[in-house]
Amino acid sequence: MTGILVHGGRLIDPASGLDERLDLLIVDGRIAQVGADLPLPPGTEHLAASGLIVAPGFIDLHTHLREPGQEHKETIASGARAAARGGFTTICAMPNTEPALDSAAVIDGMLQRARDVDCRVLAIGAVSIGRRGQELAELAALRDAGAVAVSDDGDAVADASLARRAFEYLSDLHIPLAEHCEDPAIAQGGVMHDGAVSARLGLRGQPAAAELSIVQRDIALAEAAGAQLHACHISTEPSLQAIADARARGLHVTAEVTPHHLFLTHDVVAGSGDDLLYDTNAKVNPPLRTESDVQACIDALVAGVVDAVATDHAPHAAVDKQCEFDAAAFGISGLESAWPVVNSLVESGRLTLSEAIERLTIGPVRAWNLDRGELSGLGTLRVGAPADVTLLSTDAVSRVEPDSWASMGKNTPLAGHTLSGVVAATISQGRIVWDGREQ
Amino acid sequence: MVTEPIAEPLDAPSPRVPFDEPITDWRHRHLLDVDTLSREEILRVLSTANAMAEVLDRPVARTPALRGVTIFNLFYEASTRTRSSFELAGKILGADVINVSGSGSSVEKGESLVETLNTLSAVGADAVVMRHQASGAPWLAARTIDGHIINAGDGQHAHPTQALLDAYILLEEFGDLTGRKVVIVGDILHSRVARSNIWSLTTLGADVTLVAPRPLLPASLASGADEPEHPLALPSVRVESDLDQAIVGADAIMALRIQNERLRGKLLPSSAEFARRYQLTAERVAKASPEAIVMHPGPMNEGVEIAVDIAHGPQSRIEAQVSAGLAVRMAILFLLIRGGA
Repeated sequence: MTGILVHGGRLIDPASGLDERLDLLIVDGRIAQVGADLPLPPGTEHLAASGLIVAPGFIDLHTHLREPGQEHKETIASGARAAARGGFTTICAMPNTEPALDSAAVIDGMLQRARDVDCRVLAIGAVSIGRRGQELAELAALRDAGAVAVSDDGDAVADASLARRAFEYLSDLHIPLAEHCEDPAIAQGGVMHDGAVSARLGLRGQPAAAELSIVQRDIALAEAAGAQLHACHISTEPSLQAIADARARGLHVTAEVTPHHLFLTHDVVAGSGDDLLYDTNAKVNPPLRTESDVQACIDALVAGVVDAVATDHAPHAAVDKQCEFDAAAFGISGLESAWPVVNSLVESGRLTLSEAIERLTIGPVRAWNLDRGELSGLGTLRVGAPADVTLLSTDAVSRVEPDSWASMGKNTPLAGHTLSGVVAATISQGRIVWDGREQ
Repeated sequence: MVTEPIAEPLDAPSPRVPFDEPITDWRHRHLLDVDTLSREEILRVLSTANAMAEVLDRPVARTPALRGVTIFNLFYEASTRTRSSFELAGKILGADVINVSGSGSSVEKGESLVETLNTLSAVGADAVVMRHQASGAPWLAARTIDGHIINAGDGQHAHPTQALLDAYILLEEFGDLTGRKVVIVGDILHSRVARSNIWSLTTLGADVTLVAPRPLLPASLASGADEPEHPLALPSVRVESDLDQAIVGADAIMALRIQNERLRGKLLPSSAEFARRYQLTAERVAKASPEAIVMHPGPMNEGVEIAVDIAHGPQSRIEAQVSAGLAVRMAILFLLIRGGA
């Protein structure tokens, strides 16, 4: 028997509404007991949590691990280590690997390699073979191999007839189609938000309408098919309004926002100095938008129109970003800065602490119905749940220093920002995978 | 203008151009765009260009002002007038000028821009004049190497020496641009010339009107734009879609080049329809001020954005623009390399 007693912390479990000073006993990878002043059983490790928040481990619905195929950007192991440091105990790996996660065999292989890493890795299968948007992948086989959703993320399922058939086919498989909402015909290769900053910088812009177009199309297709649409990384006010309307009509539409779309505007591409920055670390898809879009994302998160904060962790090698803006890769490495960014909304009074944790834990679990089988209790601190626990501080201040990150992707426009909120320790499946000390 | 036979020593001092005196009133290390130049700084460039024009009028247009200086012309895009004008400008000032193009160099072997710049720096580039298809590339260059960077056109973003030579022509014509009405017509969206001119012309007090069909206008300049007061936005200028109205009373009209592939039904219905609505014709120019001048950054599509008779008529300053380009580029090289921080 192996055990950990998490002692003296403030337990916050949004799923049960719990917010009390309680101890937590973990035995054999499950939560065994929750109570005040629990004794330390013999042979049990003691983890001091006084002054810290004890929360369920975070769940990321949107992580890019670059393995297989681009291990120079990130491996499953390095991504999982980054997750642990960021307080994440479950991450859902997007299928845009090389090869894509478009067959049961490729998913099997990925999950095999993910077995002993520092967090739980779930797979998202591809919608189409090779993510090429032409022929449907064997979606039932992907689900049976463990895919918790399907997505061609990186690209939308641009062909409306294929999207229609995908939603129809998924209607009895009970997994969502996680859509990258960007109509390529409208976005036309835009490298940032189409607005005042793109006009100033002479960069091709992608308008908000490119996102709205796919959101509206997919709401119609999902409704007609009786399937679930999960709208990934929504970034604009009109799309959020469309999603709010669909949910109000009772449709099975879920959505996520990223930390960066909650925190940064397109201004950061230009920078704040005298010289224009063309900051390739701020090149991300969907692009950073306007201040009113940021506020709309926050409002939607507060209102529960958006179920989850998901990182869209997209690590890249330095050379992918040390180049002309047009040539740079899209993406922000996000696992290790997610908590301080979300915590900034708590600090500013937009979210309660419990709401913030909810959007990182039980929120995503409910969105994708992950609380089943051996994952029963995921995203909660209830007795019997997987022992995935995160110890957080809300007031400790730290500088974002990607060079000290576990992720191989150092690409973030937040580098150098001072934020409050630190992940003090992470327990994944009963094992302490992060204790604040670099190994 | 520069190929007279030798009649006096190469480095005969000019009585009016104090080439040997240190420059203490120029603070810019690079010329990336004109958006960071004050009115006084633009005028400083243009008065220096005037002095350079005098050099060009000498029997032997040569001065050793930049002797010992190595300038690389790094051009990733084809260019005739800008490239040859920079090359000549450097040579007239006595610098060693080396041309590197996107083809026939390691660029073709896939070398990154950063590596290429480091290479130029390692072999002793004092200044790099660069043209690049990616907006912002010169800013990356300025952060990468120590030498002076002169932007000779980046993507759809900026073309500062074109804007300065346009200002030179306009000031030569009107003396002062305050309240002068300048109309820029055509493909604003894709035009680095338009963007830079918006900055310099508004800085000089001109009243600027942009004229374009909506698909050729950046969204943020169209009516109903979402952040009209954005601190990073382009300066606020008038925007019209009807050239016949906008041109009334104009003191200067700049036509912009429109690429043929943009006129084949994807962005705009057709070349003929574009010409019908936006071509600078004699009939339209007649609605401008009687002293109005017509400009074009070149290369022109005669018969598309500009009628042949207007392009070569008495109001055209298009050839003068090319000549002014040489003096302005000499002035920029001189000020940056001799004065710039």
